[in-house]
Amino acid sequence: MAVDAEEPDRRDFLVLAAGAFVAVGGAMTLWPFIQQMNPDAGAQALASIEVELSPVKEGQAITVLWRGKPVFIRHRTPEEIKAAVAVPMDQLVDPLARNDALPEDTPATDPNRTKDGHENWLIMVGICTHLGCIPKGQTLGDSRGDFGGWFCPCHGSHYDTAGRIRKGPAPRNLEVPVYNFVSDTKIKIG
Amino acid sequence: MSGLPHESTYEPTTAVGKWLDARLPIVRMLYAQAVDFPTPRNLNYWWTFGGILTFMLVAQIVTGVVLAMHYQPSAEGAFDSIEAIRRDVNFGWLLRNLHAVGASMFFLAAYVHIFRGLYYGSYKAPREVLWILGVLIFLVMMATAFMGYSLPWGQMSLWGVTVITNLFSSLDSIWKGLGTTIVEWLWGGFSVSGVTLNRFYALHYLLPFVLAGIVGLHLWALHVVGQNSPTGLDIKTSSDAVPFTPFATSKDAAGLFAFLLLFCWFAFFLPDYLGHADNYTPANPMVTPPHIVPEWYFLPFYAILRAIPSKLGGVIAMFSAIAVLLFVPWLDTSRVRSTKYRPVYRWFFWLFAFTCLALGWLGSKPAEAEYVFWARVFTFYYFAHFLIVMPLVGWFETPRKVPGSITEAVLAKNKGAKLAPAKS
Repeated sequence: MAVDAEEPDRRDFLVLAAGAFVAVGGAMTLWPFIQQMNPDAGAQALASIEVELSPVKEGQAITVLWRGKPVFIRHRTPEEIKAAVAVPMDQLVDPLARNDALPEDTPATDPNRTKDGHENWLIMVGICTHLGCIPKGQTLGDSRGDFGGWFCPCHGSHYDTAGRIRKGPAPRNLEVPVYNFVSDTKIKIG
Repeated sequence: MSGLPHESTYEPTTAVGKWLDARLPIVRMLYAQAVDFPTPRNLNYWWTFGGILTFMLVAQIVTGVVLAMHYQPSAEGAFDSIEAIRRDVNFGWLLRNLHAVGASMFFLAAYVHIFRGLYYGSYKAPREVLWILGVLIFLVMMATAFMGYSLPWGQMSLWGVTVITNLFSSLDSIWKGLGTTIVEWLWGGFSVSGVTLNRFYALHYLLPFVLAGIVGLHLWALHVVGQNSPTGLDIKTSSDAVPFTPFATSKDAAGLFAFLLLFCWFAFFLPDYLGHADNYTPANPMVTPPHIVPEWYFLPFYAILRAIPSKLGGVIAMFSAIAVLLFVPWLDTSRVRSTKYRPVYRWFFWLFAFTCLALGWLGSKPAEAEYVFWARVFTFYYFAHFLIVMPLVGWFETPRKVPGSITEAVLAKNKGAKLAPAKS
């Protein structure tokens, strides 16, 4: 057989096929070793909890645990709501609502971070969007920062009374999880 | 003798020795590398820290393996098992203190070793690979120490892990969801939990052996190019060198014993001095301690992280602070190695050393106005030292006259009084 350098022969085909087989097989073998570290079905199943709100009086706040994360529930005073509504949008560090129930590009106005008719309840994942500390401001005597909301002591992030980042290194507003009012005094998170 | 590599002078005398030498010449190799390996005759005590570090790695592995026999890597059992080790296990208090204090001592020795290399130009050709392996060792050490600190499962453990793993979430601003995916993969859940602790324990047990492997390469590279010396000169003639044993071995032993005095003083009298009281509070995912502070050996990098007013920027700066070390062999443009002969660079070296100490102090302070300001100033100099000072000073500086050889430097210093004459 005349050897034509340009013409692929059986040997070339076998080398390529064997190489591809090893690469694909290697990747497939590697996958279980990577995937085993991801949250398993048991962790994903702890999805939703119900919380009774009636014991929380105006001005008070409670923290509940959901998916291993603290969720802040604050019963806001009319003054706090008024302060949050009055903030002009151009003063916000993060202009997006970060409300998991609303489209991503929703602006971070106070009504977009609460439920219609329940504006007095502010419900957020209580994890600083900087490096995951739990901000102060849930209990009396806590520093609430320069904007009367929450203050993260780890690296000095200040959140306002709508949980929006106003000052400090945190890049995003506190996340509002998906939740619904099951009744007037009870919510289901997740 | 004409430099390295050299032949072993080992000659087996016993029948068993000869039998083994013909099959696996391991004794010959050890003899060549640890007994008659040519060592510069002018090495000072700063050179004993390599041996000290080797000892520390072995010590951490030995104490770590026995602690693993009593430790329970679960969110429920971890804290109590450490308390049991400290109170109930026979000599558990000693083993645990040696391991916890040992981590600090390991870093102390590593920092001395790194600064010694920086001062005497030990990274310059032909030691670039040796230096880069050292930076990799430093990185793996940091990962090992970080995971080890999570194991007691106190408040600082939990929140330290939370803050540091969350560094990866900054990647969300490059590609949406990338950071969150990585972080949840690291955690094995939606927050740091016992699942995370368990895997960190597995990796904390694994990484020291990876470390031992890279240390083997580091030593291999060292024994190919030979040791640097305080003059920055290589061995040129046999009068420049002494055999590793007994000279370097005994000097290393003296340095090691002095170091062990410090180590034992902390282990026996101040075992918790270098730790944080908050870590004796069991981990609580609902409460963040008022000040989350890493162990002292991470403080300069923590200060750099917090100095940058952007999450991704801070993370990039922190990792760059270590990555920049990889390029030091090429950033330094000086013709001479040792800072001893560099009248201008010397000042900048000490300014850099001060910068690292200052960053360490600032890292332990809360992230407030004036502390952040100074952290920014020193972060600027940290990078400027490598990226501006090293290339520029090496270029315009006129070094002092470097001695012709190690022997010449030694004889000039001692005026030749008590030393045997050089054999040319």
